[in-house]
Amino acid sequence: MSKITHKTPEAENAQEEVMVPLQRRSFLRYSGAGLALTGLVLAGCDDDRLNDIFKKVDRRSGLVNVGSGDFGILNYAYALEQLEAAYYAKVLQNQYYLNATKAERIILKDLADHERIHAQFLKAAIKAAGGMPIKDLTPDFSSVDFANRASVLGTAKAFEDLGVSAYNGAGKLISNPAHLTIAGKIVSVEARHAALIRDLIQFGTFVGPDVVDPSNGLEKSKSPAEVAAVANTFLVEGSKIDVSNLPKD
Amino acid sequence: MNILKIITEIEKVDPEVYERLDQRRQMFKHFAGFGKKVAVAAVPLAMGSMFQKAYGQSGGLSKQIQDVLNFALLLEYLEFYFYDMGLKSAGLNSGLTGQNRASINTILEDERKHVAFLRSVLGSAAIADPTANAFDFTGAKGGKRAPLFADVFTNAGTFLAVAQALEDTGVRAYKGGAPLLMSNNTVLEAALNIHSVEGRHVSHIRTIRRGGPQAEPGNPQTMPQSWISGNDNGGPAPAATAAVYGPGNPASMFPGEENVVQAGINVQGLSQVSPSEASEAFDEPLDMGTVLAIAGNFIK
Repeated sequence: MSKITHKTPEAENAQEEVMVPLQRRSFLRYSGAGLALTGLVLAGCDDDRLNDIFKKVDRRSGLVNVGSGDFGILNYAYALEQLEAAYYAKVLQNQYYLNATKAERIILKDLADHERIHAQFLKAAIKAAGGMPIKDLTPDFSSVDFANRASVLGTAKAFEDLGVSAYNGAGKLISNPAHLTIAGKIVSVEARHAALIRDLIQFGTFVGPDVVDPSNGLEKSKSPAEVAAVANTFLVEGSKIDVSNLPKD
Repeated sequence: MNILKIITEIEKVDPEVYERLDQRRQMFKHFAGFGKKVAVAAVPLAMGSMFQKAYGQSGGLSKQIQDVLNFALLLEYLEFYFYDMGLKSAGLNSGLTGQNRASINTILEDERKHVAFLRSVLGSAAIADPTANAFDFTGAKGGKRAPLFADVFTNAGTFLAVAQALEDTGVRAYKGGAPLLMSNNTVLEAALNIHSVEGRHVSHIRTIRRGGPQAEPGNPQTMPQSWISGNDNGGPAPAATAAVYGPGNPASMFPGEENVVQAGINVQGLSQVSPSEASEAFDEPLDMGTVLAIAGNFIK
């Protein structure tokens, strides 16, 4: 019964949202609208599956909805990893990197590889589990001066710290323990990255009070909404993410 | 105090502790086919009171959560006393100086806070403070065997090597414990918030060990990267630390750090990278039994 009541908002949304072709509204029209929806629900179709069937980019807002349930969380992570991967890929092609110390070049190359691996893995894992990955996002790094060390490393620090706080805040929203383990395997690597980038900027700042609460030694989490607000400043119109359908607790 | 004594301590508050140490069976028993949303819908009152009691009132914590948190608390005591004894040791006065000493002190204070935090969550269910006397960081188990790290408190290199092993173990332990905390969001999030701090600690210790952030990595045993590459050839002192980077039990669920297959996907092939790069991108969890065996090297 809980599943049925949970689906009611989906039916309402179908009436209200403007969809791109072949999205939910037309699907409903061709398949018998509410009847089809009820059938899917009664068949035990979960949140994630339903969301994938009705995959959408809202035409009015231009936002990419990461979806709901565990697939939504995985797509949320995939969005952040795409952003990080695109960032380091661009760093590697620009002036600061080319003139950086050998140690810094080794580190940035590793980070580019790790983030690309994370992004490609999450996309493949979402597909393998029967979900639909969000589209390739187009970043906007116009605020970064890729010739300037402070700008490049400062932005890297922002991305790595953001990633850690995002995974920390999303862990409790995950339903499947296997997905929680995957997130755990990635977040500690992001924490290692974050600490090293901070140490490159100023040695000894690996657990600054801006990221680790000085009162209890716990790293501060960020909610998906807080993270999306920051991430969206690095994404072009049409690639900004909407995390409003993710679980709230 | 040895491991069995500590488990006995836990057993006083949880007679079924041995069964609970089998993590996989517990995980599937509690979660397979049993979505969290359904659980919330089914028992809203019980869940609500559990959240309210998450801090400071152990009566609201399940036995399983108490066990995992006491296990974490033991590891935090291990780390805390390690750094505390190291910083108080005259033998490290000349070898551990300046920013490196300041950083170790920062880490010590984090561990002290983690101990206090976990004690506050566990309340009366918390294990007793084992005190510094419970530990022997030379690995000689109070003289019962030859030491593994005879100069741990007189040689900064050895001290930092052991620090790396302890922190990398801590990261794996929290990662392994997280799925066992899923029934309580407040506790789970707090554990994740400690997990990433341990990750930051060990990144920094590894950076110190290779000579600072501007030093190029070399031999993974002596000049490691800030992350684990493959199995780091067994870590700082393979005879004693290989288990820190090796597989747990069962290995299918807790592979060694050299693992390149995630969720059934070979990420090395997927991303066309070397095995070391593929392994670096993911840290691996470790089961409680294997972690206790590693920690046992430093418990009398």
